[in-house]
Amino acid sequence: MIKVSNLEKSYGNQKALKGISLEVAKGELFGLIGPDGAGKTTLMRILVTLLLPDQGLASLDGLDVVADFRKIRTMVGYMPGRFSLYQDLTVEENLQFFATVFGGTIEENYHLIKDIYVQIEPFKNRLAGKLSGGMKQKLALSCALIHAPKVLILDEPTTGVDAVSRKEFWEMLNNLRHMGITILVSTPYMDEANLCDRVALFQNGSILSIDTPKNITASFSKKLYGVKVETTAQRFECVGLLKELSGIDSVFSFGESIHITTVQQNIDETTVKEYLNQKGHQGISVGKIEPSIEDVFMELMQNEGN
Amino acid sequence: MKEIKSDIGPIIQVKDLVKKFGSFVAVDHLTFEVNKGEIFGFLGANGAGKTTAIRMLCGLLEPTSGALQVAGFDGYHEREAIKRNIGYMSQKFSLYEDLTVYENFRLYAGIYGIPRKERIRKTDELLLKLKLEESRDKLVGGLPLGWKQKLAFSLALFHNPAVVFLDEPSGGVDPLTRRTFWDLIYEVAHQGVTIFVTTHYMDEAEYCNRVAIMSEGKIVALDTPAALKSYYKTDSMDGVFLKIARNKE
Repeated sequence: MIKVSNLEKSYGNQKALKGISLEVAKGELFGLIGPDGAGKTTLMRILVTLLLPDQGLASLDGLDVVADFRKIRTMVGYMPGRFSLYQDLTVEENLQFFATVFGGTIEENYHLIKDIYVQIEPFKNRLAGKLSGGMKQKLALSCALIHAPKVLILDEPTTGVDAVSRKEFWEMLNNLRHMGITILVSTPYMDEANLCDRVALFQNGSILSIDTPKNITASFSKKLYGVKVETTAQRFECVGLLKELSGIDSVFSFGESIHITTVQQNIDETTVKEYLNQKGHQGISVGKIEPSIEDVFMELMQNEGN
Repeated sequence: MKEIKSDIGPIIQVKDLVKKFGSFVAVDHLTFEVNKGEIFGFLGANGAGKTTAIRMLCGLLEPTSGALQVAGFDGYHEREAIKRNIGYMSQKFSLYEDLTVYENFRLYAGIYGIPRKERIRKTDELLLKLKLEESRDKLVGGLPLGWKQKLAFSLALFHNPAVVFLDEPSGGVDPLTRRTFWDLIYEVAHQGVTIFVTTHYMDEAEYCNRVAIMSEGKIVALDTPAALKSYYKTDSMDGVFLKIARNKE
């Protein structure tokens, strides 16, 4: 449904996209995972025909983003990173506006947005600018869907949104996928990668890896251990101490535990634990763990850097 | 700074703090204390009242009722003194992008009335520490996000505040930079600066000494991450957050 090959885009001498290629199948929920400035927004803006590429090809459902831009605009739904609805129109007026612009009515495609819109319908007469963050997000998604697009392109819909609203939003995306809509979504939250069918890990205008979340974590090449400490103060000291231990490759805080990778065979659970005990830290537990997307992302970033 | 009060006990003292906008109660009887050198996490859903609470703590908004002291100053009558004794950084806006790195330092120093000599000495010292000497005369707008973040944090600390407020400081930065940034936070806290931080990354909540979770204007949970996880019988702060949100419904 989406096909991108060797796409390049520069702003002045700043290369935003360094020749990227990817394909998204019909009905797939595809994630672009990466920090700000990685090139996610540039790629999305090219796909929705708001930006011209310097080099390379991009197409949606066989339509070229440059030559067929008019046709593409009728078949994509786009939710930009910044809230872009009319703040001084009401909830209902915004929805009405977007339906009309695409030559349709709310009733025609109401089934697509029903589950999402019912949650904000009680506030349909409120100005969009007066909605809370979570509600704005639901309205923006409704407006992007009301003309029944084949492809939905969502630029960081969950940034700055609390953990609960984020979870709800991903449930909505999952439902839309079951209706056959192809979804391309970007996010800086690494943990959200697991909710996608496939993801591309983005950094500095390049793709570090494209695959299913499962295959990506399986590609992690080192032994990974989780070190659990009892207090916050202890964590800070232990991170410092572990960095000094020879045979250790990387040390990162990871929520409640510290993740370490090793380069030497002679380092294992026991040696790490004994080392920290020796340095005066008790109540330490060390165990082998499965890598997360974030572990892989950091490993790939470091390889890139070297 | 001559106004700094010593031996004031907890850096932030809040008792029955209320803020109403018309009939809407945005902050509903908050009570908590934050100690010197503590990393205090302040979490909550969008619209829970976090921003309103922080605006009062920073001296930007007068409370409706209740007691509030920050760095020893009163939240009603000494709001200007509070502003001078705190640092503030947000991901959204902290730096002037069309000024150079050096000009940003000058501006901050000027706003806080730091003498010229001290300003020059400290600017050089910080540029060296942040490895930003070569970028001294570059516009901030062109710096990588991770550098901007460190710069913004340093500027928030430039006038030696007793407490620094970090409002979603690490949104959107890459995972390596995010961790480097937390190393910096730990270092500063270790030196005795109190850190008051909001975040939507639940793994970052684990890095705080204590965490308060707000919901509908109230603090519904306040403890160490370990105690919260054991109380809510879950193994992550994500789990704590979700359980609290569900209980509400």
